[in-house]
Amino acid sequence: MDGIYSVLEAILPLEAFRFDFMKNALLAVLLLTPLLGLLGTMAVNHQMAFFSDALGHSALTGIGLGIILGLRNDLVAMLVFGIIWAVMICLIKQSGSASTDTIISVFSSTSVAAGLLILARGGKFAKYSSLLIGDILAVTPTDLLYLLLALAGTVVLWIILYNALLLTSVDSFLARSRGVPTRLIECGFVVLVAVAVMLSIRWVGVMLINALLILPAAAGRNLARTSRQHAAWSVGIAMVSGITGLTAAFYLDTSAGATIVLISALLYAVSLMIRNIRK
Amino acid sequence: MLHHCALCHIDLDRISVRRGGQVLLQDVSMHIHCGQLTVLIGQNGAGKTTLIRALLGQIPHTGTIRHVDSHGLDIPHLRTGYVPQHLQFDHEMPLTVQDFMAASFSSRPVWTGVGKKTRAAVRLALEDVDAGELADTPLGRCSGGELQRVLLALALHPAPDLLVLDEPVSGIDRNGLRLFLDTLIRLRKTHHMAILLVSHDLRFVREYADHVILLEKSVLAQGTPGEVFSSPEFSAVFGTGDGEEEENA
Repeated sequence: MDGIYSVLEAILPLEAFRFDFMKNALLAVLLLTPLLGLLGTMAVNHQMAFFSDALGHSALTGIGLGIILGLRNDLVAMLVFGIIWAVMICLIKQSGSASTDTIISVFSSTSVAAGLLILARGGKFAKYSSLLIGDILAVTPTDLLYLLLALAGTVVLWIILYNALLLTSVDSFLARSRGVPTRLIECGFVVLVAVAVMLSIRWVGVMLINALLILPAAAGRNLARTSRQHAAWSVGIAMVSGITGLTAAFYLDTSAGATIVLISALLYAVSLMIRNIRK
Repeated sequence: MLHHCALCHIDLDRISVRRGGQVLLQDVSMHIHCGQLTVLIGQNGAGKTTLIRALLGQIPHTGTIRHVDSHGLDIPHLRTGYVPQHLQFDHEMPLTVQDFMAASFSSRPVWTGVGKKTRAAVRLALEDVDAGELADTPLGRCSGGELQRVLLALALHPAPDLLVLDEPVSGIDRNGLRLFLDTLIRLRKTHHMAILLVSHDLRFVREYADHVILLEKSVLAQGTPGEVFSSPEFSAVFGTGDGEEEENA
């Protein structure tokens, strides 16, 4: 860890990064933002922005159920519930019983209500309010290890799933005619997003997680022509927003998550202008 | 009407499809010959798309589909290539024709870029359908005719035994359609495959088809364009029978 710290100090000789908690936060940002940036490209192309929002909200229920079941580890409860929730949305969506928007909205509001019901029992919600806004400055080296593993796992799955998912998102009937197991692929993607969202939520917060997934990918879409450019712009914009947002938050004494998201929003606005000028 | 051919063919024997108590297809039998352009015609709702889905193995059906060689022996696999009627996709997606094709041509994920070998293979496949210049065009910017060519190039890889095209003519002007059919006629000769085309443009069917099948839940008539177009069944379905005024039956 000390080796990594000294490298960071050499690259970023700012007062802010003399503190270990800031170095940890920075490392967390460097792990989280490429993960969300990469997954975001497909969430945007697959028109699933609203879906990831619903997943974020389901974290509340996950933690609530974890408490009821007496689970020590919030993260496990969130992951398990998030994955179950994601697969359920996916299956119901594939059964085609109602429009996707409607289904997701039903799931989203149900999970928020269920989560609040459990967490706010006896007026104790204040204890969990940090979940809403996240606290990236509380990241520990152990957390960083989990994030590193998550990033590595996501990249591997992303390499395996991507082409099939791309074909599915262009036209699922065509994909099926070419032997792509479209339902399995879609559910795989949804589970991947669920895992990424649940891992990030403690640091970024329920209210902002979706912005980090969607904004960089949406901005990248405005600038890119090819799939590769989309991935590169999305990851780049996510990382730049993450690093500058974290630094700015330190000096301005603002919420890190909110500052990062606002910078992504600013970059999105710039990308939109560039796109309109190009047209 | 079905005569022995020297080449292999796909043999559909009494294909029926029922859904929710409704009969969509009833005992459809036909041979689709290698090296021939077989055209499926019929009114809307006649079961043309249903038949294609059954052929592609996407909906349950009764009856058998066999792939048979010139000696009447079964060939174990039937590889189908499919060109859909249109694509329902997000036209603003950052995705070039090359990306789209490479996702099928190579296992390397497209977000990491497209390798040299794959790029060459994609270009060759596109040139095969006279669309070599489209590689770097965003998929969403392709015209209806260009998109059909791209989808055709994709359907030809890996090389199919049976190429199925579902009404690839809608959204294309007559000139584009003629070019597309010319390409199909050329491919029919150069590639070892059978082609089944669902068409609505009866004038072109008369001109291009080797074999025509008139479908209305079951096969009403089949044979050369001349035979089918002069049949009483054709008149019953399409009216006068010369097909000239029929644009979108």
